[in-house]
Amino acid sequence: MRLALRELRRRPGRFVTAAAILTLIASLLMLLGGLLDGLIYGSTSAVLAQRGDVIVYSSGSEQSFLRSRIDPELREVIEEVPGVAGTSGLGVAQLGARVPGAAERDLADVALFGYERAPDGVPDPPEDGSAEGYADESLRNDGVEEGTTLELGPFRTPVRVVGFVEDLEYSGQATLWVDPVTWRDALNENRPGSGLGDGTFQALVVEVEAGTDPEQLAEDLDRATGRATDSLTIDAAAEAIPGVEQQRSVFNQIIGVTILIAVVVVALFFALLTVERTQMYGVLKAVGATSGTLFGGVVVQAVVVTAVAALVGSAIALALDLAIPAGAIPYSLSAARVLSSVAFLLVAAVVGCAFSLRRVLKIDPASAIGS
Amino acid sequence: MTQALQMRDVRKTYRMGDEEVVALDHATLTVEADEMVALVGPSGSGKTTLCSIAGALLQPTGGQVEVAGEDITRFDAKALARFRRETVGFVFQSVNLIPFLTARENLVVVDELGRRSGRDARRRSDQLLEELGLSDRADNLPSQLSGGQRQRVAVGRALMNEPKLVLFDEPTSALDTKLGEQVMELIRSEMKRRGTAAVIVTHDDRITRFTDRTARITDGVLEA
Repeated sequence: MRLALRELRRRPGRFVTAAAILTLIASLLMLLGGLLDGLIYGSTSAVLAQRGDVIVYSSGSEQSFLRSRIDPELREVIEEVPGVAGTSGLGVAQLGARVPGAAERDLADVALFGYERAPDGVPDPPEDGSAEGYADESLRNDGVEEGTTLELGPFRTPVRVVGFVEDLEYSGQATLWVDPVTWRDALNENRPGSGLGDGTFQALVVEVEAGTDPEQLAEDLDRATGRATDSLTIDAAAEAIPGVEQQRSVFNQIIGVTILIAVVVVALFFALLTVERTQMYGVLKAVGATSGTLFGGVVVQAVVVTAVAALVGSAIALALDLAIPAGAIPYSLSAARVLSSVAFLLVAAVVGCAFSLRRVLKIDPASAIGS
Repeated sequence: MTQALQMRDVRKTYRMGDEEVVALDHATLTVEADEMVALVGPSGSGKTTLCSIAGALLQPTGGQVEVAGEDITRFDAKALARFRRETVGFVFQSVNLIPFLTARENLVVVDELGRRSGRDARRRSDQLLEELGLSDRADNLPSQLSGGQRQRVAVGRALMNEPKLVLFDEPTSALDTKLGEQVMELIRSEMKRRGTAAVIVTHDDRITRFTDRTARITDGVLEA
């Protein structure tokens, strides 16, 4: 092992090529992970921020706010179910917003949320019918400031921005948080036919009493309403947002292929080094080294080279995170993502080395003599 | 005193297609504890095979091998590796020092392969290098040493584990006559001073005057 480390120190040039390729792979891996997390976060953060454990949609809505309706009678039924600590109405309307001063056709995409109970990071709702709201920070890129009055949808429903919230998006759109009446009016005006009556929401966020299992409660709720509802835990509801599952699966496949490439790079590089070292390994075996010691040295070298590459790759990915202006592309690099990428690469290094094991075992110590 | 090497009726055969090739045919050889034996024969005579079996690098097909009183005939690969690490020394034809290690580290590496003794190994390596006249070269890489100096480092490496038997594989073949003789003088004095047994494989008859005895091998048959 000391021998392997000494070779790394004395002859770093031999490992530069592999380290450079692995660095690129590491930064690509983290870039992909960051993009995936950013995309998913952009789709789900508004739902994940809800203070509750279960979201109730009406049945047949396919877990989409747009098609779902929960009227006051249904809400009463739900509130009666044992284990429910409280409910709050929630609804969303995805609309184009005109920003004063912007070109006529230059609309900002907005997900207008009407809410009763404030999610994490959002102040309590303004007074009913106030036509005021809290906008996501990313709308600043569209020229929105505090005091700006946005005109929503074809009906140009006015909503004045009175504050900002951070990192709350829905389906890739910036959110705008308003009281239930303003939301309902905007929806009814701009989407004729949606016909939401007073007190009707698209979904209910249900808080669960301590000691109650949210998944079990979701099932109980649907049974109590005679299958008129479709209830999901918050995490399941986030996953059910259109496109989330597909994005995750596509990105994870690309990430999988990238890790596979790392395995191949390590395997080829160290197989080549092992071939080059056949004579040296023969001599070392002759003077008493076991195959295990020699192979251990190969693994140590692969892990060290990969760890260095992963470190540099992380630095590149982090620098990218800092360099990208907020809201320009959905990219969010978390510590968990960096650590899991490093872990995957280290496993790839060990797996890659395994391809050299047979070659190391096959080296005959007797080959050192007579040559 | 225990003999350094005792081979009785040792056979080694290889399969080549359907044919059986006899590399070593009922060889019997004894080397006393402080004896130097030259093993002379043309190439392909089986001297490398004999040397490999004596040095625990190769298992014989038949017969019995005892090195320093220990019967190694049935040792598996791992036990053989340990045995080599602890009991036998080697000096190879093409020297084969590790290119990225200094002269001292090339000696210490033998210690690092097994259970390490650390400081003792360093002390021993310094002592060996001094005895071999290489004190001022201890921190040089092999590429910074002359052919003769490299061969002396290789001798030092072979002596690191205080072996009972040292095997030399054509130790002078890469050197000119004068340097070859100097190296043989050195080998002889080092072996005799330590009372260590040595088998020197060569096809060069001039080497035999430095050894106590000569064994000749032709077509796998040994005449001791």
